[in-house]
Amino acid sequence: MASTRTPERIEPSYPKDRTTLGGPRLGPAGWARWAWRQLTSMRTAIYLLLLLAAAAFPGSIFPQRSVDPVQVRTFFENNPDLGPWLDRVLLFDVFSSPWFASIYLLLMISLVGCIIPRMRQHWRSIRAQPPPAPQRLTRLPARADGTVATDGREALAAAREALKAKGYRLRDAEDGDLWVTGEKGYLKETGNLLFHLALLGVIVAFAAGNLFGWRGEIIIQEGQSWTATAGTFDTLNFSPLADEGDIPTFTVELNKLDVAFESQADGAQFGQPRRFDGLATVEVPGQEPEQQEFAVNHPISVAGDSIFLLGNGYAPIVTIRDPDGEVLYSDAVTFLPQDNNYASEGAIKVTARDPGLGLVGGFLPTLRIDPELGMTSSFPGLVDPVLALTAFEGNLFPDGRPQSVFNIDTDQMTQLTDEEGNPVAMLIRPGEYFELPDGTTVEFDGIIRWAGLLARHDPGRMPALGFAIATTVGLALMLGIKRRRIYVRIEPTTPTTGSVQAVVRVAGQPKGSDPGLQTIVDDVLLRITRITGDRTTTPETHHRDKDTV
Amino acid sequence: MTDPQLALASDIAIWASLAVLALALISFSAHLAVTGAARERHDKVKAREKVRVGVGADGEQPADTVDDDRATGLTDSTTPTTAAVEPPTVSHPAEVTRRWGVIGLQLTWLATFGVVGGTILRGLSVQRWPLGNMYEFAIVAASFALIVFSTWSLKRDRLWLGPFVVLPVMAVLGAGKIWYTEASQLMPALDNTMWLSIHVTLATLSVALFIIGAALGVAFLLRDSAEKRSRIRGWLAGLPEGDKLETMTYGVHIFAFPLWTFTLITGAIWAEVAWGRYWGWDPKEIWTFIIWVVYAAYLHSRATSGWTKRHATYVALLGMLCIILNYTVVNLLITGLHSYSGVST
Ligand code: HEM
Repeated sequence: MASTRTPERIEPSYPKDRTTLGGPRLGPAGWARWAWRQLTSMRTAIYLLLLLAAAAFPGSIFPQRSVDPVQVRTFFENNPDLGPWLDRVLLFDVFSSPWFASIYLLLMISLVGCIIPRMRQHWRSIRAQPPPAPQRLTRLPARADGTVATDGREALAAAREALKAKGYRLRDAEDGDLWVTGEKGYLKETGNLLFHLALLGVIVAFAAGNLFGWRGEIIIQEGQSWTATAGTFDTLNFSPLADEGDIPTFTVELNKLDVAFESQADGAQFGQPRRFDGLATVEVPGQEPEQQEFAVNHPISVAGDSIFLLGNGYAPIVTIRDPDGEVLYSDAVTFLPQDNNYASEGAIKVTARDPGLGLVGGFLPTLRIDPELGMTSSFPGLVDPVLALTAFEGNLFPDGRPQSVFNIDTDQMTQLTDEEGNPVAMLIRPGEYFELPDGTTVEFDGIIRWAGLLARHDPGRMPALGFAIATTVGLALMLGIKRRRIYVRIEPTTPTTGSVQAVVRVAGQPKGSDPGLQTIVDDVLLRITRITGDRTTTPETHHRDKDTV
Repeated sequence: MTDPQLALASDIAIWASLAVLALALISFSAHLAVTGAARERHDKVKAREKVRVGVGADGEQPADTVDDDRATGLTDSTTPTTAAVEPPTVSHPAEVTRRWGVIGLQLTWLATFGVVGGTILRGLSVQRWPLGNMYEFAIVAASFALIVFSTWSLKRDRLWLGPFVVLPVMAVLGAGKIWYTEASQLMPALDNTMWLSIHVTLATLSVALFIIGAALGVAFLLRDSAEKRSRIRGWLAGLPEGDKLETMTYGVHIFAFPLWTFTLITGAIWAEVAWGRYWGWDPKEIWTFIIWVVYAAYLHSRATSGWTKRHATYVALLGMLCIILNYTVVNLLITGLHSYSGVST
């Protein structure tokens, strides 16, 4: 076997680029096989990955319905021509679109088709012996030769010992030849498989969360208590495979919400929120009520799920009395912030009066009269809070249609006017009141805050975390470990009668790029010479590559 | 709760470092030019000697060759490709001064201290981890890149790499200065100290490594095309062989990629804690994902027979392009939950 060509690298015994295996054969089976090979080839994986990145891109430039439906509507209003066209190719729903799904499904199939044969192959290679040492080691990229003053058998024993000590799995020559092969780094492939399997796990867990989860939003004012059931959320979304029965019963009372805004810095930072800290009492049936602190990054935990603080705002307390002083209405009214300075909008619907009275307008935490914009807020904190409202009279709920709590439907209402015929416009500060033309008074008693809470159930999140951690372990093994083979060949020589000597030839075979291989080969030789007694040693190394990472 | 004096000191330190880096860039470039020219001269001499020896000594091997393998190496050296492989004579031809490179490195060390110091001062002035806006992101990334390069240079001769690191670092700092943000505190969604620190520290560290990786990639592409045309002239001759540059490019990326994976995961954990979902396809999340996928494609293409190293390197540079877009366009033009650039629009 003089002319065996020694490969320079450890090549997997299956071809990596499986496209090169045979051309398409005629017949459907042949074509199917060909297509399958194409799909599961590394080359296709690269294209699919790049395609996936490209497909995700439009999701970042066009507003997405799943993220912010309001922005999508705004986009349609601003681009009435373009909007529908983009919508037709689902550019507002990129991540649930069939074309995005088809890419990652192909990638997943490719992954499975790639992993399974690899697992089988790896399983075999773990149990198989390393290959015999090649006849000539000179073709290998890292080599070191030395001479030791022992006979060949002893030198071979030393080589075995040196390799064993470094954790190599050995293969001995069967017929008493003087060579040994050591192989190491099987964990690299194990890591690779773990990584790709865990990646599948992450995808499956993510899908599970999107199939079985639910999310509900609710606004609670300070001092209010709220019991979760399907009907009490302001909005509630179920994933395709979840329903009302999945919502656990619990009660949350919002004790306090502390908010602070930046009032020192100027420029873009002025008025930026600095702190949202809340205190809530949570009660799950059959358990003691429990008080929990929460904040933006610190959700309330209830029955294994989490409740997140997503928004907040002001709720002015308003009391409305009829001309006789009877209380018609007294409540804290949730106003919805419209900008960063919490200029908020809201409505008060007084059904106890006949005809119905509707007040609508704004709440401004810090009043500023802008020459162009009119009344605005210049700071989100309560510096000079005012309620600015106009009044309507009539049928508040025409046809019993459902309507927003933040606005009124003025279809069947008339705006109240003063004696001169101007619309009534009130600007009230806390502690003040305003009298409508008929003697009804609107009193601004004070302000509390409200918290916008999000309750979320996602059965996939812990599995996703577990798989994600597994990917990193796999990654560390796959990229951190090197698969290497070391061959040692001994050539006994007798330079002068009576003395024994052996030439030790060590060579290393890498898999992929392996700049540290030469150092290892040198080290193996050094160990062998040390074990044999450190006598005659003239290691000659073949430095191909000194200056690498 | 911010200290304007410390913030000012920080600004001065960064500006001064930028100036020092400019000088370092000049010295490093001079170093490359000088070693490149010397190697070119050396190679020419070698080639001529080789011809003489080959003819005159009638097949006898030149004195300095030890075994047949080396001799093969020498035969090739009529093309200057192997110049860098032959240590130590060729790496530093006797008459070549390393002075410029060493000055460059010393200046870089000075700048490293300056940028790191400026970053620490910034952190002290706002009493938090200085990773709350684009400017801070830039100075921390620059710090990491400089630390990695400077310490790497202590262990091995990396003077030739100097310009490739210093120039992008200057660009990063310059970009930071363009989108400068006053020292101030964080909005609450970003104010979860543990996950913020871990997530953004990992992000900056991996970006710093990706920058160095991209610099090496560019060096490889330039050198490689010169080698292909067998015309390694000027400063290109001062670089190591293309193959080695490519190995280093890959070596840096396999550190950066797992770090970016961690960035992705810790970011998801943070999003879960802050917004109640670990993944919601917010623009910033999309881009973190895009970058991750592109670099995964790079690692794959690197491991695929049939893809040349050149093409693989293009994929790596595509990843860098995505990082740049993510930092600029996504931060400034696309609004999402992550709007924390600190730049008013
Ligand atoms: C879903 C996205 C995927 C990601 C993020 C991913 C990521 C990676 C990474 C980071 C490596 C390490 C490369 C290196 O050693 O330098 C790798 C290796 C590998 N991947 Fe993937 N991969 C994905 C999908 C796939 C698919 C679909 C296939 C099969 C066609 C595949 C087959 C392989 C193989 C065979 C290797 C080993 C390459 C080697 O070192 O010989 N991967 N992958």
